[in-house]
Amino acid sequence: MRRSEARAGIGLIAPTVVIVIAVVVLPIIWSISLSFQRVRLLTLHSAGFFGQYSLENFKLVFTSQGFVSTLLTTVAYSVLGTAASIALGLVAALALRRRFKARGLVRSIMLLPYVAPVVAATFVWQVMLSPQFGIVDYWGKRLFGWDKPVAFLSQQTSRVSIFGIHLGIPLALIMVILFEAWRQFPFAFLFLTARLQAIPGSLEEAAKVDGATVSQRFRYVVWPQLVPTIAVLSVLRFIWTFTKFDDIYLLTGGGAGTEVVSVRVYNFLTGNGDIGLASAQALVLAVVMAVPVGFYMWRFGRREERLS
Amino acid sequence: MTAIDARRSVPAGTAGPARKPRWTRDGFETRFFGIARWVVIGALLIVTAFPFYYMALLSIRDLGSVLNNPGALWTDVRHLNLSAYKRVLVSVSSGGEGFLGFMRNSAVLSFGTVALTLLVSIPGSYAISRLRFFGRRHISVLFLAVYLFPSIILAVPLFVFFTRVNMRGSLVAVLLVYVSQTVAVSIYMLRNYFDTIPVSLEEAAALDGCGRLGTMWRISLPLAMPAILANALFIFMVAWNEFLFALLFLADDRSRWTVSLGLSELTGNSIEIPTTVLMAASVVTTIPIIVLFFASERLLAGGLTAGAEKG
Repeated sequence: MRRSEARAGIGLIAPTVVIVIAVVVLPIIWSISLSFQRVRLLTLHSAGFFGQYSLENFKLVFTSQGFVSTLLTTVAYSVLGTAASIALGLVAALALRRRFKARGLVRSIMLLPYVAPVVAATFVWQVMLSPQFGIVDYWGKRLFGWDKPVAFLSQQTSRVSIFGIHLGIPLALIMVILFEAWRQFPFAFLFLTARLQAIPGSLEEAAKVDGATVSQRFRYVVWPQLVPTIAVLSVLRFIWTFTKFDDIYLLTGGGAGTEVVSVRVYNFLTGNGDIGLASAQALVLAVVMAVPVGFYMWRFGRREERLS
Repeated sequence: MTAIDARRSVPAGTAGPARKPRWTRDGFETRFFGIARWVVIGALLIVTAFPFYYMALLSIRDLGSVLNNPGALWTDVRHLNLSAYKRVLVSVSSGGEGFLGFMRNSAVLSFGTVALTLLVSIPGSYAISRLRFFGRRHISVLFLAVYLFPSIILAVPLFVFFTRVNMRGSLVAVLLVYVSQTVAVSIYMLRNYFDTIPVSLEEAAALDGCGRLGTMWRISLPLAMPAILANALFIFMVAWNEFLFALLFLADDRSRWTVSLGLSELTGNSIEIPTTVLMAASVVTTIPIIVLFFASERLLAGGLTAGAEKG
């Protein structure tokens, strides 16, 4: 009985394991091998698993122009994007907590940025932010009185003077972070809503009877319940934002001070056709990413074995 | 009891305002957050819905009026102009952009991904949830790692591999990649659901003489149907919206473009193509997902929390 169960189990899981090993695990191993070889797209036919290994690619990765600034941009983008999307998701979850008419509809509409195709979402942002006929620029001129067209997505720094102090702000980077917050907050919103629903109402009622105000009930009753969920969300969103490609590639193409590591990998691969270099850059990214992924699996993977 | 309450409430009603200070912190906060809540809901609705409204609005205005009056927030129904949609949908040979063809490619890829992924992930998740076999834990960990691992890192070797075997432009290669991208999260979601189904139901079936596969087919599968449907919708959404691998694999051959890729390639040379046409293309790309989403909102929202789109 036990043996037949094991045989059935292996038989049922085998197709999935084969696919994952063939299309995920082996390519990763091959990628590691490629990153130690000088391979270009044009000389691809001669590339194999074995070749002349060298550390040349990694030397290039670390010394190439823009490596440090790309890394810093990626860190800023992922930390601020993660924080902003979770904060917005929390605000939304709290605002929609109490039942009201049409709450279901409002909830669905708020999920739109998350479910809509990224290409369409980035494109409508581009049009709205366009300096020639963008609606943001149009109303900005009328309501806030800025005098020149603002190129939100193609301007690296913008001079702003607040109370006579002149500041240079990284405008394009701020816009892609805002986009990230806009697109990903529904994710945090969904998880936090699910968590809020699981808090027993009696806890808050008891606090209310004891005279706790709205903000105190949030601070001392609700918030402690949300912290574990927020921790999980932070790690997950950080992992995925750090390696995000689509959004920035489509919004700015990585220009105007928004080049992140994944866009760099793509440019090495298709622009230069330098496979070795692209592999090395991706491997560096993977090693950096292994820290939070490992942390997530160690901390949350075993205990709950689920995301919520 | 009611008599006492009634007697008490009379003096409380008259003397209450005098005894209580008007500005308690609690009263203020209750009122403040009561209002702030609606302000937040209103603002969030505008922020999330407006871009999509604006997208639809521009797609039905004509280009001249958009350039003359870019700030307009609505359009007169009499000036409704659907020519942009015509240009987007008809084939290149008839002077259009060929989005019907792109939609067909996207549909083939998305339905194919859903079918293939479910075909392997349903038995796989059942096995992980129910059967004891050697390596079960390791496989679980492997899938979680695959699920968390970013796709850009896989992009390089897969691009190289499929170029090498001369399959880079084929939809089959992309299909295979999509399945590998969704199978881990699919197993993850379904496994969690199978775990919630009581084993006793299956044991009862086994006592009645049902074999293992028979039990899975007749008992577990129908019970897991809600989760499987939610999962299918989720996979469809991921495949329809996918951009990176479509860009890497299919960009060279226009006849194989998906809607997402088609839209991004068109916006790349937006000098020649009017914005209204591009907006109509955006609407065409988005509509299937929105229709699907609102038709099955409850299911999909459940599916979204059970797993999450990588990215």
